[in-house]
Amino acid sequence: MDKQNDNEKQYLFDNPKNVKRLLYIVYACCAILVLLEFVIHRHIYHSWEELFGFYPIYGFVGCVVLVLVAKWMRTFLMRDEDYYDKIEKKQHPAPLNQSKETVQAQGGNDVDA
Amino acid sequence: MWMPELPAFVPFFIGALIALVTTGKVRQAVLLITPVLSGLHLLTVPVGTILSFSFLNFELEVFEVDKLSLLFGYIFHIAAFICMLFALHVKDTLQQVSGLLYAGSAIGAVFAGDLITLFIFWELLAVTSVFLIWARRTERAYIAGLRYLIIQVLSGVVLLVGIVFYAYKHQSINFEFIGLNDTASWLIFIAFGIKCAFPMLHNWLTDAYPEATPTGTVFLSAFTTKVAVYALARAYPGTELLVYIGVIMACFPIFFAVIENDLRRVLAYSMINQIGFMVVGIGIGTALAVNGAVSHAFNDILFKGLLFMSMGAVLHMTGKIDGSRLGGLYKTMPKTAILCMVGAASISAFPLFSGFVSKSMVMSAALNNGYGWAWLLLLFSAAGVFHHAGIKIPYFAFFAHDSGIRTSEPPKNMLFAMSIAAVLCVAIGVYPQALYSLLPFDTGYNPYDATHVLTQTQLLFFSALAFVWLNLRNMYPPELPSVNLDIDWFYRRLFPAILTPFFAMFWAADRAVRGIFMRGVNGVLGLVARHEPDGILSRTQLSGSMVIWVSILLAVFLILSFW
Repeated sequence: MDKQNDNEKQYLFDNPKNVKRLLYIVYACCAILVLLEFVIHRHIYHSWEELFGFYPIYGFVGCVVLVLVAKWMRTFLMRDEDYYDKIEKKQHPAPLNQSKETVQAQGGNDVDA
Repeated sequence: MWMPELPAFVPFFIGALIALVTTGKVRQAVLLITPVLSGLHLLTVPVGTILSFSFLNFELEVFEVDKLSLLFGYIFHIAAFICMLFALHVKDTLQQVSGLLYAGSAIGAVFAGDLITLFIFWELLAVTSVFLIWARRTERAYIAGLRYLIIQVLSGVVLLVGIVFYAYKHQSINFEFIGLNDTASWLIFIAFGIKCAFPMLHNWLTDAYPEATPTGTVFLSAFTTKVAVYALARAYPGTELLVYIGVIMACFPIFFAVIENDLRRVLAYSMINQIGFMVVGIGIGTALAVNGAVSHAFNDILFKGLLFMSMGAVLHMTGKIDGSRLGGLYKTMPKTAILCMVGAASISAFPLFSGFVSKSMVMSAALNNGYGWAWLLLLFSAAGVFHHAGIKIPYFAFFAHDSGIRTSEPPKNMLFAMSIAAVLCVAIGVYPQALYSLLPFDTGYNPYDATHVLTQTQLLFFSALAFVWLNLRNMYPPELPSVNLDIDWFYRRLFPAILTPFFAMFWAADRAVRGIFMRGVNGVLGLVARHEPDGILSRTQLSGSMVIWVSILLAVFLILSFW
């Protein structure tokens, strides 16, 4: 396995430095965008918009809340991959010919003939 | 030949017929040329063209052209061409013929001037599209396709009942503004709502679309829901209920999208979210809002199609589509990755991409018309879109952890189709006036003012920052092989679970009753059984008793002869 990896080409994000660079670019863009608010006068339509940095705060907090709530939803929504399959597949044998041997357990006939 | 009254769906149906009897290169040519010729023809059709004929006292307007229907007609032609190109390598008569028929039905539906014609194409949309799901030829796809077909046909049946009531009350079947006021209008509204994936009625979409073939899903994503958006925009603009429905549609699917593992199902949820923006626009109903809604439908067909195409290409090349089984594909599919990111930027409404120039109209209209709360929720879902469609899709497919899959770029026709969609996404984002000139209303809207560009970019970059932060702190939910419960749990698990014992009891009682009856019948049959020993007809009778019976008969005959 190691040998294989040695032979393989090094790709852009195989180097952790490049990932770091990308993250620094994102941080820099975020900083610039906040600073721009001092330069550009925003038109205000909604009372919440008067808050300085409303959009950055709303975007950040909104997404964190979104992900945390979604993560919490997993506790009662998540089931095994074959949750439906194990009862449905027995009940309805498919009449279609499954002649191909390539039919996979999950992916099915993914590659068009 | 170039008569303007030629209904725009006719070339597609003829093309499908020719595709059915041809093979190989000829068929490929037919598949590509059909939308091009039909599109060129549509460009020559002026607004106001009507083709109508009488049928059983009804005036059927099979082809009625105005600016709204023309906009959808154009985009459906572009979508049909891109889909056909994307699926050109497929050698499957079923998919290709039904693809053409499906596109033709969608085009027929948007040019329908009366409700009967609309109903016919409404049902044709269901019947022609289900083959794109069944063409996957797996058991899962077969069952999902059945569920899809049942719900779609149900929508048509509700529509038909609504039309009957409507025609009786209004003495007209013209397809125009209806508005929510009586039973008929509610029924038609619900029928549109099913196809439009209203909350609680949405599950057919997220259930069936990801089960279709890699190319079939691209077709499906373009037409059915957009026909429903068109129908709502025509019949129910300014219905306030739609604002509430649209906001819910924009918000709830993003939670499901974050935890969903099947990346095409993530896109299906994100599709409901995007339709939510359109539905809000229609609900507000002002010129700007409706313009925003229909132009967002136009753009959504392109960028959602592009995203579905990129995921279709991944599925086609790797045989996998689950986030937990993918990753690191940028190494071997860099072009697909870049095209996917163009679609992601467009759906996230980055400035200079197509989503920006249409979504902003709906947002501005919400603010201008006093729907501040709706605007706040739409803003939240706009940030969420970037999270699940803009980052999650490209990240888990092409980057994230290296899954070790080494493949290659998809066939050239797939790349070419994706490139066309990507170029259109950027072109519309850079030069929105081209799209705006096609819209039904002239509002003089300009999306590129400093406030709007700044705020939208801030929103998106800080959403990205949230993703980075959550990932670095290991708080981002990992992709897990799983199924998430949704409304379909009710009809796939709960109802069967309740009904199975009920039916078991019913069948048991039925068996008991029939058992009693059958025992009675068997008893009688036993009495007259001829072939059993000692059966009434197979007993050995004495010949003496036969002589007695004959002499009795003769005696009776003799006595009777005296009269």
